[in-house]
Amino acid sequence: MLNQVKQSILTPYGMQEKDIAKIMDSLLSAPVDDADIYFQSSHFESWVLEGGIVKEGSHSIEKGAGVRVVSGEKTGFAYSDRIQLSVLLEAAKNVKAIARQGQNAQTKQGNLANRVDYYQPINPLKSLADQEKIDLLRKVDIETRKLDSRIEEVIVSLVGVDEQILVANQDGSLVADIRPLTRMSVSVILEDNGRREQGSMGGGARTDYGYFLDQNKAIEYGKEAVRQAAVNLEAIDAPAGNMTVVLGPGWPGILLHEAIGHGLEGDFNRKQTSAFSGKVGERVASELCTIVDDGTLQDRRGSLSIDDEGVPSENTVLIEKGILKGYMQDKMNARLMGVKSTGNGRRESYAHIPMPRMTNTYMLPGSHEPQEIIKSVKKGLYAKNFGGGQVDITSGKFVFSASEAYLIEDGKITRPVKGATLIGNGPEVLTKVSMVGNDLELDAGVGTCGKEGQSVPVGVGQPTIKIDGLTVGGTSV
Amino acid sequence: MQNQEEISRLKNLVQDLLDESKKQGASSAEAGLNVDNGLSVSARLGEVETIEYHCDQNLGVTVYMGQKKGSASTNDFSGESIKETVKAACSIASFSSKDEYAGLPDKASLATEFPELDRDYPWNIDAEEAIGLAVECEDVARSYHAEINNSEGASINSHQGISVLGNSLGFLQGYSSTRHSISCSVLGERDGEMQRDYWYSVSRNADKLESAKAIGIKAAERTISRLGSRTLSTRQCPVLYSAEVASGLMGSLVSAISGGSLYRKSSFLLDALDTKVFPEFIHIHEQPHLKMALGSANYDSEGVATVARDIVTDGVLKGYVLSSYSARKLGMQTTGNAGGVHNLIVDAGENDFSAMLKLMDTGLLVTELMGQGINRVTGDYSRGASGFWVENGQIQYPVDEITIAGNLKDMYKNIVSVGNDVDCRGNIRTGSILVEQMSIAGE
Repeated sequence: MLNQVKQSILTPYGMQEKDIAKIMDSLLSAPVDDADIYFQSSHFESWVLEGGIVKEGSHSIEKGAGVRVVSGEKTGFAYSDRIQLSVLLEAAKNVKAIARQGQNAQTKQGNLANRVDYYQPINPLKSLADQEKIDLLRKVDIETRKLDSRIEEVIVSLVGVDEQILVANQDGSLVADIRPLTRMSVSVILEDNGRREQGSMGGGARTDYGYFLDQNKAIEYGKEAVRQAAVNLEAIDAPAGNMTVVLGPGWPGILLHEAIGHGLEGDFNRKQTSAFSGKVGERVASELCTIVDDGTLQDRRGSLSIDDEGVPSENTVLIEKGILKGYMQDKMNARLMGVKSTGNGRRESYAHIPMPRMTNTYMLPGSHEPQEIIKSVKKGLYAKNFGGGQVDITSGKFVFSASEAYLIEDGKITRPVKGATLIGNGPEVLTKVSMVGNDLELDAGVGTCGKEGQSVPVGVGQPTIKIDGLTVGGTSV
Repeated sequence: MQNQEEISRLKNLVQDLLDESKKQGASSAEAGLNVDNGLSVSARLGEVETIEYHCDQNLGVTVYMGQKKGSASTNDFSGESIKETVKAACSIASFSSKDEYAGLPDKASLATEFPELDRDYPWNIDAEEAIGLAVECEDVARSYHAEINNSEGASINSHQGISVLGNSLGFLQGYSSTRHSISCSVLGERDGEMQRDYWYSVSRNADKLESAKAIGIKAAERTISRLGSRTLSTRQCPVLYSAEVASGLMGSLVSAISGGSLYRKSSFLLDALDTKVFPEFIHIHEQPHLKMALGSANYDSEGVATVARDIVTDGVLKGYVLSSYSARKLGMQTTGNAGGVHNLIVDAGENDFSAMLKLMDTGLLVTELMGQGINRVTGDYSRGASGFWVENGQIQYPVDEITIAGNLKDMYKNIVSVGNDVDCRGNIRTGSILVEQMSIAGE
C-alpha cells in the first residue's frame, strides 16, 4: 500500500522519500516535541437525481500537504496544495518558529506493528461504470415513486470518495492508508390534503458502490424514507417537559456522541474545559452502561486502519459499567496528559490540524427485550430517528433532535408526534439509564461530526435504552 | 498594484477553462476560481497556542452539453489539471439527463456595472503582532473577574482572497477582498458549575474591528453572567431573541423563500408571495452594494447583477430568493441570488435593548441556541436554548437546559417588535426580535 500511495501522491510531483527526510530534518532542527508531514490526495464524486432526472453530477480532485510542529502546548502549522520540496521547506521554516522552548522529548508512538486493515484499499469511484451509477439512481427513483401516490418529490444522491494519505513522523516512519468512502441517500416529500412532510434515509460504508446493490439496500432506503414521511403526516404536536424517554436502537446513539463523546475528547480534558474533566474513575452513568469508541469495525464509516497521525485505531473503553475509564487521545494531548494515543487523532484534510475525534461510538447491549422496555413505561416518549445534535462541552448541556417519535401510553407505542429537540446534561443523563436492550444496532453509515470547523465521518450505535427523565422540547405544554 | 496583476493572471486561467470547455465540446460553460491566503493565531493562558498559515485555492467549471450539465473542481491549477477537470465535467454532462431548465443565465441579466464596494483592506500583521494582540485580548478577559478561571483562548484571523468568475457569454470578472476577526472564549466557575461564553468581532477592515480589550471584556462579562444557571419549569411565555441569535430566525426565512426550497416544495412558505407573513411593521430588504459590508457583491455566483430590493414590505412577502435555474423552474425571473442573499436588512424599530426587555416585561431572553431542530417543510421549530429569565423588564437570572418551540409561520406573525440594537457582523442584519409567545420545555 505504501508504494502505491507514494506513487500516486509523491511521484507526479517528483518528490521522493529523501525529500520528506529533508523537510523533517528542517522541522526537527528546532527544539520540538513532535513533528509530522501529512500528504493527502482525494477524489470525490457526487451524482444527484431530482425531479425524476439525474440532472447534475460533480467531481473534484484535491491534493496537498500539511507540515506541523508541536512544542509543549504550542502548534505551528502550514499547508500547501503544491506538493513541492521548495514550497514545503518554506512552510517548515515558518512553522518551526513557534518552537522556542520545546523539550526535544520523544513523543510515544502507537505501535505500528499492531496495524490491521479494517477496509479494502479500493477506489469506489471505479467500482461501477458511470452509466451504472445513473441506472442505480433511476431505479431507486422509480421504485420509490411506486410506493405511495402522495409522493411529491424524490431526491436520490450517490457520493463516493477515494482518499489516500501518507504520514511522515518525526521518528522517520512513513505510513500510508487508502480510505474508500461511499454514501447514498434518498429523501422524499409527501403531500396529503395540503399537509407536506419529508422523510429521508441513507447509508454508507468504507467500501465500494456494490454495497448499495447488496440485498437491495438502495431500494430499502427509499422505502424507509417514504415510511418516515408517511408517519410524520399523521404526527400530532410533541409534548413539552421532562419525561421518561425510550430511545430506539442504532442512530439514536447520537445521544452518546453528544452527551458524553465530545466531553471525553482528550483536548478538552487536558485543558480542563470539559464537564468531564478530572472524572476518570468516577461514576458518570448507570452500571448498565458500557460505552466504547471503536475504530476497528470492518468497513464502517467511522473506522480507520490508522488515524491521521499514523497511529493504529483501537477499541477504546470510555465508560465501563458506568465508571469513566478514559479519554480519546491524539498524540499531542496524550503526551501532555502522560498517556498514550488511542488512535483518535483525526483531521478533515491536509489543510487542518489534527485533534482527538470520535470514530464509531456505541453502547454495548444489555439484557432487556425492547418490548419489555416499552411496556415498563406508563407515559413517555419513544424516539426512533434523529437529525443532528450539538453539545456545550463546558456546561455539559447537549441537544439532539428527533425526526420520528411516538407517545408511549400505558406501556404501548401510540400516536406519532412531530419532531422535537431533546435537551439534557451530559454528566447526568446516563445516570438515569434504567434499562438497556439486547438489540444493539449501529447506524446505517451517514454520520458526519463537526468540531472547530472540521468535519469527519463517524458512526454511532446503541441498543434500545430507557432514560428516566429527559426534557422533550415539544409545543404541547 | 500587485493585486491587479494577480487578478489578471487568474482571469486568464478562468478564460483557459472556458476555452478548454469549448474545445472539448461544451456548448456553454461557466468557470470560477478562488484563492485565499491567511494567518490564524491563537493564544491560551497567556501564551501562543497555534500559528496557522492558510493558503487555499480552488477552481471549478460547469459545462453544458445542450441541456445536460456537469461540474468538476480541483485545487491543482496546472495546465494538465485544467484539461482533466474540464474532461471530468464533460464526462459527467454526457451521462446526466437533459434538463430543460438548465443553462447559463440570460445574457441580459449579467452584471455590467462594477462599482467599488470597498471589500479589500489587507492587514499587514505578522504572526508576532497577532500573537501579542491575542494575548492582550485573553489577558483582559482572564483578569476581568476572579470567577474566570480557565480559557479556550483568544484568536486573530486575517484572510485575503481573490475570486474570479467567467462564462461563455463573455462575462469575466474578478475582485479581491479581505476578512479579519478577533475572538475570545473564556470559562468561569462558581460552586462547581462551569460555563463558557465568547465574543468576536469581524470586518473587512481591521481598523473597524472592536478592540482586543473590548472583546475580552465582553467575553468575560458574558461568561460571568451565565454562572448560576437554572432551568425553567415547562410553560408558555414571550421570547426575546437577542440580536446575535435573531439573525438565525431570519436565516430560516431566506431558506424558506429560496428557489431550491420552493421548486422542491420543501418550504413552509410555499405560495406565500404577496401574502402577509409578518406583522405590518416589518420591512426586510436586500442591500447588495453597501460599502465594506461582509455580504456585498456586484454580481451573484453566476454573474447576474445584484439589485437592492424589498423582500418584505408592510409584512407582505414581495420577493423570493432565486437563481436563474430556480427562477426558470418556477416560471419567474432570477433575483440575482445564486449563492444566497447579499446583506439582508431587517429595518430596526425604535426600541433599544433595554426598551425591548421592558416591552417583554416577563419572559425569556435567548442569547444562545443549540441544535438544528427546524423542519423546513413544515416550519416546526424546536431548539435547545440558554439565556435569561426576565421579570418586569429586568434580567433576573441565567437559564439553560431548556428548549423553545413553536412554528416559524406563527412566530413570524407574532413578532411584537424589532430592536435597534442591530448586529452588523453577518450577512443578515437585525436587532433583537420579540416573539409574543412560544413553548418552553424544562424541568
